[in-house]
Amino acid sequence: MQLIKTLTASTALLVVASGASFAQDMANDMTLVSWGGAYQSSQTKAYAEPYMENHPEVSITWDESSNEAVAKLRAMNEANNVTWDLVDVVAADAMRLCDEGLAMEIDPNEVLAAAPDGTSAEDDFGDLLVSDCFIPQIVYSTTFGYRNDMVPDGAPAPTDICALFDTETYPGMRALEKRPINNMEWALLCDGVAKDEVYSVLETPEGQQQALDKLATIKDSVIWWSAGADTPQLLADGEVFMGSTYNGRLFSAIVEQGQPISMLWDAQVFDLDGWIIPAGLPEDRLNRVLDFVKFATDTQRLADQAKYISYGPARFSSAPLVGKHADLGIDMAPHMPTDPENAKNTFLYNYEFWADYRDDIDAKFQAWLAQ
Amino acid sequence: MRQKMRALMLVAPLLIFVVVTFIVPILSMLFRSVENDIVPNTIPGTVIALSQWDGSTGEPPQENVYRNLYIDLFKAEEAKQHTRLGTRLNYEQTGLSSLFRTTGRSLDDIGELWQDPLEDIDPNFEEGSFWFEMMSGTGGEDFLETRRELIATMSDEDMTGDVGFVPSMKIIEMLPWTARAYTDFALWAAIRDGDTVAEEDPWESVYGALGMDLTNPDTVSAINSYSGAGASALQAAAANLDQLPQFGFREAFTEEDKDWGSAKVWATIKLYSPSMTPGYFLNSVDMTLTPDGIEMKPDNQQIYTTLFTRTLIMALIITASCILLGYPVAWLLANLPMRTASILMILVLLPFWTSLLVRTSAWKVLLQQQGVINEILVWLGFVNDADRLILMNNATGTVIAMTHILLPFMILPLYSVMKTIPPSYQRAAKSLGATNWTAFWRVYFPQSVPGIGAGSILVFILAIGYYITPEIVGGTDGVFISNRIAYHISSSLNWGLAAALGSILLVVVLGLYWCYDKIVGIDNVKLGG
Repeated sequence: MQLIKTLTASTALLVVASGASFAQDMANDMTLVSWGGAYQSSQTKAYAEPYMENHPEVSITWDESSNEAVAKLRAMNEANNVTWDLVDVVAADAMRLCDEGLAMEIDPNEVLAAAPDGTSAEDDFGDLLVSDCFIPQIVYSTTFGYRNDMVPDGAPAPTDICALFDTETYPGMRALEKRPINNMEWALLCDGVAKDEVYSVLETPEGQQQALDKLATIKDSVIWWSAGADTPQLLADGEVFMGSTYNGRLFSAIVEQGQPISMLWDAQVFDLDGWIIPAGLPEDRLNRVLDFVKFATDTQRLADQAKYISYGPARFSSAPLVGKHADLGIDMAPHMPTDPENAKNTFLYNYEFWADYRDDIDAKFQAWLAQ
Repeated sequence: MRQKMRALMLVAPLLIFVVVTFIVPILSMLFRSVENDIVPNTIPGTVIALSQWDGSTGEPPQENVYRNLYIDLFKAEEAKQHTRLGTRLNYEQTGLSSLFRTTGRSLDDIGELWQDPLEDIDPNFEEGSFWFEMMSGTGGEDFLETRRELIATMSDEDMTGDVGFVPSMKIIEMLPWTARAYTDFALWAAIRDGDTVAEEDPWESVYGALGMDLTNPDTVSAINSYSGAGASALQAAAANLDQLPQFGFREAFTEEDKDWGSAKVWATIKLYSPSMTPGYFLNSVDMTLTPDGIEMKPDNQQIYTTLFTRTLIMALIITASCILLGYPVAWLLANLPMRTASILMILVLLPFWTSLLVRTSAWKVLLQQQGVINEILVWLGFVNDADRLILMNNATGTVIAMTHILLPFMILPLYSVMKTIPPSYQRAAKSLGATNWTAFWRVYFPQSVPGIGAGSILVFILAIGYYITPEIVGGTDGVFISNRIAYHISSSLNWGLAAALGSILLVVVLGLYWCYDKIVGIDNVKLGG
């Protein structure tokens, strides 16, 4: 009898043990890094909460460090103690993290879910997979908003990016980001350089000087911002007539807060934001992250995110599923940067160019600012 | 002696804590300002070969350099180190970042230029086991250890462990390039990937390396008299040299990207190949290292000296305005009745309990052109609506906001010094016939100078390192050198330059402190009592 008991007990143990080793070993705590604010809450609602419903054992911690993620991840890596599991960064930073070996390279077809109609992840994301480590989530754009009530009497509402440089027709201050990226391109466009020649001009020192000279014509009427929230605040307070910022910020100022601001979509610059997985995670944490990422970047989840914020989902297959705003009930499609009506004249952030020229042009730009 | 030891033991916990958590990290951060290991560690063979090259001719280097580059880059690409090197060199020359990134992707293709014809000549070359048999032997233990050392330094990984492979001495002598490439491959496959070397197909670089060896006539004649493992395949390759690419690695690299043929690119690599560099320090004083020596940067790129002087001048202005505003407040605090003074004291301390960001943002609300101050001035009719005062996004904004934020650091030491000055001194002066002013200026003020000294040092040093407030209200001409340091730490990732700028700032502050000690005397600084 005793023998049988022992036998059953040990068999049971064996079954339990082997069962456990079949199921993948997954950590239950996950630290996600994002930007805070409305964007992070759209991620919480669209990805994290549904995921935790399916996996009640998981607890997610959010860290709002995305704007210094590259430096922090590098420091963590040097200290050999990476505490983050998944990091939300813009594509240019993903590229640098990949270059530095701080982000894990992924095979999109293996790590990401296929579209519902069976299209492979690689085709569904298409050109947006700009780096081997990058898992795109959204397309956003840097574009302009202007105060309707500050358009001078008799002047038409601005529809052209070059209104930025036209201080005769549209007097008032402008808000521009305190970095060369985007500003140099807009300056050249408005200085008569053809759109497809902008980067070949900007490669040369003469072209860089040309862009700075054009910016110099409005230097006295520019307030330079360094945080995305600055421009909506400056517009709302009537400090500036027009300013550049991320389209989602302008959406919330216009639609959610009802400020007298309008969008100027002309020459908006598309950029991408997405996840990277830090390199060298222990296996149990990695398994959990991979499980989460597959869920959080599938077609439905990316489409859901657009209910909360006006950024375009990065998958082709998500676009038709974009619906109405979760609280306001308005159609989101016309507020997407990718909407055909808004995307008549667009720019795509040139990652390769800025990866090379960023340091050089930034030095010149900062010296020019300090003059 | 015993007593000294005991005293030392008592302070030891604190001392060790300070050394470990403060001094060591700071020193290691400062060391980054000269450190340049990444170049010699990532492409060691290339750096040695390149030292023979004379850059002044304007010609790209010899084939030998490109061969080393191929062997070095191939394993660096496996370890994902080549892009880090590219980022490092891109700080010195624009374009190198993408040069290394794109070349890293095409290294396999370059190797296949040799792999495909070699496999056509003898299908044995396709077999991992064939290669293993050919390359294995005895006598190559030292060679293996040298390669192991190099690969460990390059990848910063632990490469200890059994490889299951010892290169043959005969092969090392006969096929030096192939032996290097294959040994690198064997180390990586066995230790990093945990595979059995004999079962793995070698890297494309091994075929490329065999191609390098076969261009040497001595090697070809050695192969023809060779009789060890793989002899027939090698002899077949040596007999069919015309089927192999008739160009070298210089052409192969230049074909992938014409920048590899540029003497300027190579001059930069050579210039930054020592493991220590003055480059970061030169950059932080607007100079640059060129093959012809040290030169000033072009005018449109000079920024750091301007920023250093601006930081110092603005910090002085802020300190002076803190003295002007803080002195009367501290005097009031010290001379009012206890009850009123403590209410005033709470007002002084209140800002300490509010977040720095909140305080700075509040200044934004006050100072902007549509802000509270301008609105009031316009309403009162002091200022015309069309030309409102520009109080922020310039140096004025920085001075106003930082003076407010740093004011408590001036008031508190002043107060604690003034509190100890007996009021009877001033009364005595007056009873001896001094006017109010003389009594204050000749009797009271000199006794409060140590408080001014302490407050000034605190405010000045804090002001010099501030960057959040200038970033928010400083616009373009109100930002400090610390804003650039923060930029290089968190945005451009040029930590070497950030460390150099930080070191200079540290030295400047220490220098000023020394001057202060010589002129005023540090004994005259009192924080209290």
